[in-house]
Amino acid sequence: MDRRTFLTSGLIGCSAAASPLLTPITLASAPWEGRLVVIILRGALDGLDAVRPWGDPDFAAMREELTGRDPEPHAIGNFFGLHPALAPLAPLWQAGELAVAHAVSTPYRDKRSHFDGQALLEAGNGGDPFNIARDGWLNRLLQIAPGVETRTAFAVGRDRLHVLAGDGPHATWTPNTALNLSPQGAQLLELIYHDDPLFRDAALQAMDIIEGIETAGAMEGDADIEEMGMMASPGGASGRVTGEVARFVVEQLRRDTRIAAFSINGWDTHAAQGRQITRKLDELAQTLLLMKAGLGAAWGQTAVLVMTEFGRTARVNGTKGTDHGTGGVMLAAGGAVRGGQAYGRWPGLGDAELYNRRDLMPVRDIRAYAGSAMRTLFGTSLAEIERTIFPGLDMGEDPRLLL
Amino acid sequence: MAFDPLTAVHRFGMGPSPLHALPRRATDLLEEAAAGDPFADTHPFTTTADIVSTEGTFRDARGIAAKNAGTVTGDAAKELSREMIRDMRDQSFGDFRALIVRHVGQPLGLGERLVTFWTDHFTVVGMGGIGQYGGAAYSADAIRPYIAGSFAEMAKAVIRAPLMLVYLDQILSTGPNSVTGKRRAGRGINENLARELLELHTLGVGGPYDQRDVRELAALLTGLSTQRGEGFRWRPGIVEPGPETVLGRVYAGDDLSAIDAAIEDLARHPSTARHLAHKLAVHFVSDAPPEALIRHMAARYVASDGDLGALSAAMLEHPAAWDPARVNVKWPVDYMSSALRALGLTPERMARTSLKDVRNLLLNPMGRMGQRWERAPDPAGWEEADFAWITPQAVAERVNWAMRAPVRLTQALPDPRDLLGLIAGDTAPGELSFAISAAQDRREGVGLVLASPSFQRR
Repeated sequence: MDRRTFLTSGLIGCSAAASPLLTPITLASAPWEGRLVVIILRGALDGLDAVRPWGDPDFAAMREELTGRDPEPHAIGNFFGLHPALAPLAPLWQAGELAVAHAVSTPYRDKRSHFDGQALLEAGNGGDPFNIARDGWLNRLLQIAPGVETRTAFAVGRDRLHVLAGDGPHATWTPNTALNLSPQGAQLLELIYHDDPLFRDAALQAMDIIEGIETAGAMEGDADIEEMGMMASPGGASGRVTGEVARFVVEQLRRDTRIAAFSINGWDTHAAQGRQITRKLDELAQTLLLMKAGLGAAWGQTAVLVMTEFGRTARVNGTKGTDHGTGGVMLAAGGAVRGGQAYGRWPGLGDAELYNRRDLMPVRDIRAYAGSAMRTLFGTSLAEIERTIFPGLDMGEDPRLLL
Repeated sequence: MAFDPLTAVHRFGMGPSPLHALPRRATDLLEEAAAGDPFADTHPFTTTADIVSTEGTFRDARGIAAKNAGTVTGDAAKELSREMIRDMRDQSFGDFRALIVRHVGQPLGLGERLVTFWTDHFTVVGMGGIGQYGGAAYSADAIRPYIAGSFAEMAKAVIRAPLMLVYLDQILSTGPNSVTGKRRAGRGINENLARELLELHTLGVGGPYDQRDVRELAALLTGLSTQRGEGFRWRPGIVEPGPETVLGRVYAGDDLSAIDAAIEDLARHPSTARHLAHKLAVHFVSDAPPEALIRHMAARYVASDGDLGALSAAMLEHPAAWDPARVNVKWPVDYMSSALRALGLTPERMARTSLKDVRNLLLNPMGRMGQRWERAPDPAGWEEADFAWITPQAVAERVNWAMRAPVRLTQALPDPRDLLGLIAGDTAPGELSFAISAAQDRREGVGLVLASPSFQRR
């Protein structure tokens, strides 16, 4: 079953000109060239382990149990080093396509609940867990941006993505969804959906998405896509799923989609952090490399923001893990990123410099970086950012995260 | 526009079934709903008492495990707590199966529809180890008994339900001038339940209240709490000394009766009548229900002093509720239940379904259709807008389920023509009749009927 069959069969008894079902597909176009991808790391990534502040005099002693005594060779700049599992991203840093913003957070403080932390990261309306906006900040962008269509933005994967939920048009999809229909069954389905625009358009879009996935590897002369298919994927069961999600995102971004969000779970490393975080960071690194390879030329117009709900404790706990904290790290990857640098002031790890003598002190609202990216990519105004998308945010000086 | 038996069972019931006769009049549905739950004894749900006592034992086990980590005692306690979680999870699948038994077993099913509606109106999402599986018990104990009774009584049961007190943070709320509040710094009032009571549960978001009312109601609600292993507990020690003024009325006592009095006044408020009437009409009739219908329902609610049976009756007696055009799209849970009914599956058959099949054939696909059971995205509950449910992903999942699940649930698939006659009578669209006659086999024909807008809209 493919879209062509469906489209052709859709013409039974009605002329092409009168068929509204052709419109959403054939007239689809992107409102901008810039691409924004938001990856939510659920469970709270330990920023101090992922991007290690070896330049801080207190770091080595504080983290020796997890990092060993000596910096690994994956330095980025002269202050930070990458976790060995992120080493494959070092070339991106050298090429100016990777940036880090350390000691960032949402305004959420003290309660440290994953549930509330993620909701506030995605809702983007402040730090009050009792007042969480029902729509997400990416959705509020779609509510005000001109020229947006359903497939301008995609929430991808099994998890609900609050960040894209809301009244703004967007699509959701889980890769590997197929339609279990014979070609004839599909034609008959179209027939019975033909006079019901809601069902007809949704089914048509489903067919279109599925066909896109099925033909992705077979596009003529599409070396990037083939390369993406052949290259090493993130490993493990979780990595396989993430790889499928990332490939799907790439496929959409190569077409008319300009915004995508997905999540990677499993960052809650309370005990024996070393093994778990190594596996997850490897998954993240391979995912970003897969996207770079798959996007080809479009990578130059892409910014991928990797965010997590909060950081973890500065010190290692009694079970070689870390507990829920406050300040964390954000990664930004893509050709549109002003990379090769670390953004923000370093707050220090001395006892008095920590938040509550416990967590990395946040020095910047993570929303300021997302706001900065939207301003550059989509020309969103400061007023729209501070009032509508991130109500209550004071952007301050624009960090100018993107080129 | 007037009563029509097929419209009645689609729109206000669980859908037609070859096992059950169609209603002869609208009051048939109302009487069945008012008669209570005929499956209460044969297919009981987990009770709130069961949840809270298991939760107590579970927390004790976890405590012992933490204190004795690395010892034989600690390991045994840890294993016990894990086992309890597994058992309770299985029990929650059993609870869902018991719900499906009712969905297919009730001759008409207005009562089950109302249970779904009011449980969603007072949405909770279970939290914590055992509490996360408390949804069925909550619905059975705080909602079911009141669907044809007093709204105020339902609301009073809800604000005593442990799941709700945890979900909307009431257990965190301590009056700063209470005995406990004065002794311990850093405790304060939490407004979450108070706010949602006004905004979602009674007056509605556009209702005549402001932040002062929220604050005052929150102060009034202090004292509502839970006790590990026992459930609801009134704690005088955390009560903010009154009086509190909500919507201009003064509630002086520092006891439960003052809270109940406020709930009764809120339930009686004309804005509440309007809010509930509108919401019920949206759920059952259309996303944009006729104004005359809402007014009629709200007036009956007020005249009956907040009786939910009267509210439902007002909806069913109004001509505007009987537009023959099928509009509203079924929620995934109703989509599945109504399909099981249309396929002629009996309550006995559903009761025999293995827990594995309950998960694989019902709960998991329902989640993929966008409705993770008992996991609504926020306190406002599930979406009512049809377009929120008919997304590309959800349509694909609905079609796939219609094509695949029936053969795994019954060896006696109906003739698609009979199925079409059952669900559409003599109003079947010509394309649909043609499509099933052209289908390659019975399985695909049945799938097409179940996937059709004629079946998915009510």
